[in-house]
Amino acid sequence: MRDVAVLGVGMTKFGKHPDKSLVDLFAEAFFEAFEESNIELKDIQALYYGNFVGEMTDGSGNLSGFMADEIGLRGIPAIRYEGACASSSVAFREAVKAVSADYYDIVAVGGSERLYTAGTEIGTRALATAVDGVYEIAAGLTFPGVFALAARLYAKTYEIPLEELREMMAMVSVKNHKYGAINPKAQFYGKLGDLKVEDVLNSRMISSPLTLLDCCPMTDGGSAAIIAAADIAEDLVDTPVYVRGTGQSSAGGLFRQKEDIIRAIPRKKAAEMAFKEAKMTPEDIDFVEIHDCFTIAEIIATEAMGFFEYGQGCYAVRDGVTSIDGDLPVNPDGGLIGKGHPVGATGVSQVYSVVKQLRGEFRENPVKNAETGMTDTLGGDFGTLVNMILSIHRR
Amino acid sequence: MRFADFFNALLEGKVIGQKCLDCGSYTCPPKATCDNCASRNLEAVELSGKGVVRTFTTTYVAPSGYTEEAPYTVAMVELDEGPWIVGRIDLPNEEIEKLGQDLIGARVSIYGKEFPTEPFYPDKKRRVVPMFKVEGLK
Repeated sequence: MRDVAVLGVGMTKFGKHPDKSLVDLFAEAFFEAFEESNIELKDIQALYYGNFVGEMTDGSGNLSGFMADEIGLRGIPAIRYEGACASSSVAFREAVKAVSADYYDIVAVGGSERLYTAGTEIGTRALATAVDGVYEIAAGLTFPGVFALAARLYAKTYEIPLEELREMMAMVSVKNHKYGAINPKAQFYGKLGDLKVEDVLNSRMISSPLTLLDCCPMTDGGSAAIIAAADIAEDLVDTPVYVRGTGQSSAGGLFRQKEDIIRAIPRKKAAEMAFKEAKMTPEDIDFVEIHDCFTIAEIIATEAMGFFEYGQGCYAVRDGVTSIDGDLPVNPDGGLIGKGHPVGATGVSQVYSVVKQLRGEFRENPVKNAETGMTDTLGGDFGTLVNMILSIHRR
Repeated sequence: MRFADFFNALLEGKVIGQKCLDCGSYTCPPKATCDNCASRNLEAVELSGKGVVRTFTTTYVAPSGYTEEAPYTVAMVELDEGPWIVGRIDLPNEEIEKLGQDLIGARVSIYGKEFPTEPFYPDKKRRVVPMFKVEGLK
């Protein structure tokens, strides 16, 4: 297996794009990545594209060919990957495997989604297609609902008064909005940077105990990356960022996972797979971009990935361990809560942030001496879980 | 066992599942394989229809197709036989808010209630929701 590296990354501003199609959003992100990759279009051999609910938001499926054609790559193999909110992370991982296996030398990856423009009712229903379509949706379970169930179970299991847990959850929102507000690509750039815990607690109740500010927003956006075999990448760009390890796992419905919904076992498996491949441990990770679709989700993720003991992630947030100047900065780009969550584009946007940080180009909120970063993307109620470790050091 | 069998039985007031003839554990709702050991050696059985609330949430912002029903409270109940199922708490919203976390651990009995289907639901005629009736309350 060959080493693989990222040549270039791109992403649109996240937010509301009623005047840009799924194709427009992907193309904009792609050309930003292309411009910094020092290659010609004809060097790209395949496209790995992630999208979740194009059928419901834009009445559009079979999207990958339209994406490839739009960017001038007519005729190359183009594949759409769907893994709910982890769609483009699945695409990225499959692309890495194909290059690593020597099947391709250089490929393009990315995703786009338009949930903000779709509106709350359609958007909520579209996202809810990621829960069990027979036994969970019947009761009207939503995505805020999934993590609201997890939050109450977390409080009960670890014997934390719910109001105390809600305050620590609110601190995740305060932190991620603080960082999102200084990220020019973020949906909330220049906004909500000085939120208070009380603001989160007192915002509109969405699914008890989660309020609006416990939730990431609905977002339109696109993201892209171009990856190559490491030997090729070293001849093309000054600072290749190496993909050191990836992992993926799956699960059935929440009701099949039972009390493990607060332990996110698929994430534990995916993270362990990525660490093993990278020959690393959680101590080797300088910062993480985590799937904080909801405040409690970030807390659960940091535990399942192995950074904190189960039941301790909430105190790490409270004690500032996950702040930019803490031992483990979590979501310095604002995360899904501050940056936005155009689901099919989210995974590769995390790669974007990690690559920019590692190259020292994330000037708004730099992680000091960052050499290795990790991404974490969750699809559905743990049905698709992808973790990736990127580093400026080749193995 | 088909998904429709599970919901048809619920409307008759019965919770049905499967007992594994290899490991002895129960699976519910039905699955092609035992939820514990993946065996296909399963027998359809009627379960007690009783369990305990393990977690819940009151949903105020509902998806398209469910907005008329909001606010509603979705819960996960652990059946006495072990499996967990998703359904709704059969209590007025004000009472649920008053109970808060104390609702966790409450014993419930289960029945099925019919709701209108929506364009994306697999059963195009009706949507059956497992309802959790809290015991020990009036």
